[in-house]
Amino acid sequence: MERALAYRRLIIIGIFLAVGLIFTARLIYVQILVDKYILSANNNVLRYITQYPARGLIFDRNGKLLVYNEAAYDLMVIPRQAKNIDTAELCRLIGIDKDEFTRRMIKARNYSPYRQSIFEAQITRENYGFLEEKLFRFPGFFVQSRTLRKYTYSIAAHTFGYIGEASPDIIEGDSYYRSGDYIGVNGIEKSYESLLRGEKGMKVRVVDVLNRDKGSFQEGRYDTLAYAGTNLYSSLDEDLQEYGEKLMANKKGSIVAIEPSTGEILCMITSPTYDPNLLVGNIRKKNYRNLVLDTVYQPLFNRALMAMYPPGSTFKLVDALVGQQEGVLFPTTTYSCPGGFSIGNGKMVGCHSHPSPLNLIGAIQISCNTYFCRVFRSIIDNSSYTSTRQAYEHWRKEVMSFGLGRKLGLDVTGELNGNIPSPAYYDKYHGKDRWRSMTIISLGIGQGEIGITPLQLANLAATISNRGWYHIPHIIRAIGKKDSINPGFTEKKFTDVNPAYFDIVVEGMADVVSEGTARASKIDSIDFCGKTGTAQNPHGKNHSIFIAFAPKLNTKIAISVVVENAGFGAAWAAPIASLMLEKYLKRKVSRKDLEERMMNADLIHGINTGNEIGKGHFLPD
Amino acid sequence: MKSEKGIFYRIDLVLVSLYVALVLMGWLNIYAAVYNDSHQAITDLHQKYGKQMVFILASLLLAISILIIDPKFFSQFAYFIYGFFLLMSVVVIFAGREIAGSKSWFAIGGFGIQPAEFAKMATALALAKFLGYLDRNIKHPRTLVIAVSIIILPALLILLEHDTGSALVFFCFVLVLYRAGLSGYVLLALLVIPVLGVLALIINKYILVAVLFTISGFIYLRSRRRARTLMIALAIFLASSGLVFSVHFAVNHVLEPHQRQRINVLLGNNTDLKGAGYNVNQSLIAIGSGRFWGKGFLQGTQTKYNFVPEQSTDFIFCTVGEEHGFIGSFIVIALFLGLMIRIVMNADRQRSKFSRLYGYGVASLFFIHFGINIGMALGILPVIGIPLPFFSYGGSSLWAFTILLFIFIRQDAMRNELV
Repeated sequence: MERALAYRRLIIIGIFLAVGLIFTARLIYVQILVDKYILSANNNVLRYITQYPARGLIFDRNGKLLVYNEAAYDLMVIPRQAKNIDTAELCRLIGIDKDEFTRRMIKARNYSPYRQSIFEAQITRENYGFLEEKLFRFPGFFVQSRTLRKYTYSIAAHTFGYIGEASPDIIEGDSYYRSGDYIGVNGIEKSYESLLRGEKGMKVRVVDVLNRDKGSFQEGRYDTLAYAGTNLYSSLDEDLQEYGEKLMANKKGSIVAIEPSTGEILCMITSPTYDPNLLVGNIRKKNYRNLVLDTVYQPLFNRALMAMYPPGSTFKLVDALVGQQEGVLFPTTTYSCPGGFSIGNGKMVGCHSHPSPLNLIGAIQISCNTYFCRVFRSIIDNSSYTSTRQAYEHWRKEVMSFGLGRKLGLDVTGELNGNIPSPAYYDKYHGKDRWRSMTIISLGIGQGEIGITPLQLANLAATISNRGWYHIPHIIRAIGKKDSINPGFTEKKFTDVNPAYFDIVVEGMADVVSEGTARASKIDSIDFCGKTGTAQNPHGKNHSIFIAFAPKLNTKIAISVVVENAGFGAAWAAPIASLMLEKYLKRKVSRKDLEERMMNADLIHGINTGNEIGKGHFLPD
Repeated sequence: MKSEKGIFYRIDLVLVSLYVALVLMGWLNIYAAVYNDSHQAITDLHQKYGKQMVFILASLLLAISILIIDPKFFSQFAYFIYGFFLLMSVVVIFAGREIAGSKSWFAIGGFGIQPAEFAKMATALALAKFLGYLDRNIKHPRTLVIAVSIIILPALLILLEHDTGSALVFFCFVLVLYRAGLSGYVLLALLVIPVLGVLALIINKYILVAVLFTISGFIYLRSRRRARTLMIALAIFLASSGLVFSVHFAVNHVLEPHQRQRINVLLGNNTDLKGAGYNVNQSLIAIGSGRFWGKGFLQGTQTKYNFVPEQSTDFIFCTVGEEHGFIGSFIVIALFLGLMIRIVMNADRQRSKFSRLYGYGVASLFFIHFGINIGMALGILPVIGIPLPFFSYGGSSLWAFTILLFIFIRQDAMRNELV
C-alpha cells in the first residue's frame, strides 16, 4: 500500500518548489522592482558632514584687518552614546545648570537618540580649552569646528552687520542653506553674503547602527573640499572711523565721510553704537535682546542710513544751484533782508542780523533766510511753468538728481529714501493744487517735510566738491584682490545742474569757513569749504548740522556731521567736522583742547552738557 | 561486511557536494556579517567566524564517524536516541542556562549546546522507526495516535523551554505522515488553516464567515450524494468559522504581547519601524539594497554595521541578500531546493521503509527551517527565531543538521543491503 503512495513525493516536491517560487518572486520585488530599500539603506549608513568654510576677511583702506574668523566649536551630543557621564562636571564646564542639561538632553533625544544634535553652540576657543582636556570623559559628546566672527577694533558695528542662523524661510528659498547654517543678517555681511560665505564642502562618512564613525565612504570619492569666502577690501579708514566714534561718544547723531573722486566711504559713524563683538556666537541672542530693549538710545538704529533730518541751512546750497539752473538766480542777484521774510498773515521766517543787501556768495556765507526764501519763490513761481505744481515737480526732479529723497544704492543694507515731498503729499494736506510757493516756503531753508539722511548729506558735499557729479557711495572698494575695483560703482552720476554753476557755490562755502558762520572751526593749514545747518525739529532742541569738503581743489574728503538736539550747526557739527578733516588729511590733530571738549561733551545723559558753550559766540545760520 | 569497504564509493556525491557548498557559503557569510576591520583573519578563534570554522571541522569528524558506523545502529537505537534527547530536553529546563528568554541551553565550557536541535533529528529517527515496521498502517487509529505522540512530545517539552520557534518546527513531520499514508485532506487542512488564519486577521470576520458559508453551500449543491456531503459541508463550515473566531481570540487574548506585535507587523497593522517592526524593516532594507548583483563580498553596509539584529543567526539571509544580491539569494534558494528534492528522490529509492521515512523526515526538517527562516527575512512570515541550516552561526544547529543528513546518506549508501 505504501509503495502505491509514491506519487506523493511529487506533491511534496511541488510544495517545496512552490515555496521556492514565492521566495523568488518576493526577492524580485524587494531587490529589483522597488527603490525604497536602497534609499533607506543609504539613510542608515551614510552621514553627510558639512565642512564649513571660513568667511571672507574684511580689511580697511590701509590694509588693516577689521573682521576675521576665530575657530569656535559646537559641542555635539549623540544621546544614545552619552551614558554614565559626570553631569555636574559637564554642567560646570559649559556653565549651565542641571535643569538646563536635562532639558537639552531631552530635546536632543527627541530629535534622535542615534544622531548628533548641537548641545552647546559656538563655544569660543578660550572656553574650549578647558573643555577639550576633559572631553574624553564624556562619551557621546564631541565637537564640530565652526568659525566665529571677530572684530579687531570695536568699531563700525552697523556697517559690518552681523551673522545669524539661517531662518526656515531662507532655507526654503535658497538651496545653499541648511538648518544650522549661518547667514549675514545685515550690513556688509548681508550685502556681500554670496561672496563672504565661500563654498561649503561635504564629507561622506559611513556609520554603524550606533552612529559610530566607520571611516570615509568609498575612500572619499564623493567628498568635496570647503573653499573659504572671498576677502573684501573696504574703503573705511580705521583711524578715522575710530576717531569719529570717539568724537560722537555720548551724542546722538552721525558722521559720514566720502572720497568724492571715487565715492568710497571713508567712515560711517552712527551714535549711539555698540561693540560688534557683542553679536557673535552664543552670546549674540542675549546681547541682541538687550540692544533691542534699549529704546532710549536705540543703539541698533543705523542713523547714518536711516535717520531723516531736515537739512536746515545746508539745503540753501541746493537752492543756489537749482536757482541758477532754472535761470532765476545769478551770482549778482541781490536781495535785501529786513530781518526776516514775510509770508503773509503777519507771519514771518526770521533771519538774524547781518549786513544787507547781499549777493549770492554773501548770502551763502551769512546763511540769509530771506535771500533763499526769495530764491525758492522765484523757482516755484517761475512764469516759464504753467502752474505751481509743474514748477514744483521740476524743482523736485532736480533736487532728487543730487541723490536726495531716494536711495543712493550703497552696498550696505538698511538705507532709507529720505523724503522730498511729492505734489500728492501737498494735495492731500492742502487740497488738490491748493498750495502755492508761500505754502511750502520752508522747503527753501531746508525745513518742513523734507528729510535727508547723513549719507545723502555727505554725498551732497561730495557732489558739490566734484562740481556736479558723484559716484554711488560704497564701502567695499575691492573684492578678492586688494587693487581690484568694485565694478558696481565706477559710473559717474551727473546732477541736472550744469557744472558751471557750482564754482560760485564752492566760493560761498569757502567763505563760510574763512569768515562766515563756521569761521570758529577754521583750520589754518587746510583750505576747506563748508555749510552750517541748524534744523528745527519737533523732538526738542535743534539738530546741529554741518557739511564740508577739503581741500577746495583736488578734494580728498567730503563729510556730513549731524548732532541731534545740540543747537547751532556752528557749535557742534562744524568743530567735529573740522577735527575729522584734520585727522584724515594730517593724520594727527593739533587742536587738543577742542578735541578734548568735543570728545568729553555728553549731550544725551542730561548731565552737563556743554550746551552753553559758545552761545552768542557762534553765528546762527 | 565486505560491502563496508566500499562505503565511500557509494555515497551520494551530489548530496555531499550540496552539503559542502552550503556549509562553506554559510561560513563565508558569517564572516561577512561579523567582519570588522580590526579582526580580519577568518580563522580568528575569538570571532564568530573562527568559532564556526571549529564547528565545521568538528562536523566533518561527525560526518565521517557516521559514515563508518554500521547503518543498522541508527534504526536499532532510534528509540534510545529519542529517549535520550527527550530526557535532555527535560533536564535542560532545570539545569539549562537562559539565553534571550529561552531556557534551552546547556553551558559546556565556553559553548552552549541546545538539545532541541538534536531532538528534531531524534524525532525523525523514532518516527521512521515506529512507522518503519511493515505492518504499521497509519489509518489505524492507535498507530496514528502513537505516531502523533512521538512528534508532539518533544515539541511540548521545547515549548516548556519557551522556545516557540523550535517547537513549531515539529509540524513539518506531517509530511512524513502524509507520505506514510495520512489522508491528503489533513495536509490540505494544514495548508489552508494558516491562510484562513491570516485572512481572519485582515478581513472583517463576518464577511469571511459569509464567504465560508457560500463555499460550503457550493460544495453541498455540487455533490451527487447530498445526504453525505451535507454533514461534510456543515462540518467544514462550522470548523472554519470556529477557526476564524478562535484566531481572533488567540491573537488578542492568548499570545504574548511581543508575539501579537510580530503578527501585526507582518499584516501591516503595525508600522512602528523603530519598535516591533524594526527587525523586519531593516532586514528588507539590507536585502533590497543588494539589488541584482549585490554589493560584493564584505561590502554590505547594513549587516556589517549592525543595522540588522541577529544578523549572524536568525537574519543571516540578509547578508546573502545584501552582498550577493538577487543572484546570490536565488542560488542559495536553488541549492536548498536541490538538497531537499534530492533527499526526497533518494528516499523513494530506498528498499527499507525505515530509511525512506527517515529521508522524508530529513527533507521535511530542512524544508521547514528553510521556509520559516527565509520567509521571515523576506517579511512574509512573522519573526520566528529558528536557524537557517548551515548558514546560521552556532554549533548545535550545524552538528544536528550534519548528523541528520549524514545518517540518511549512510542509509542511502547501503540501500541495497538494508531492507
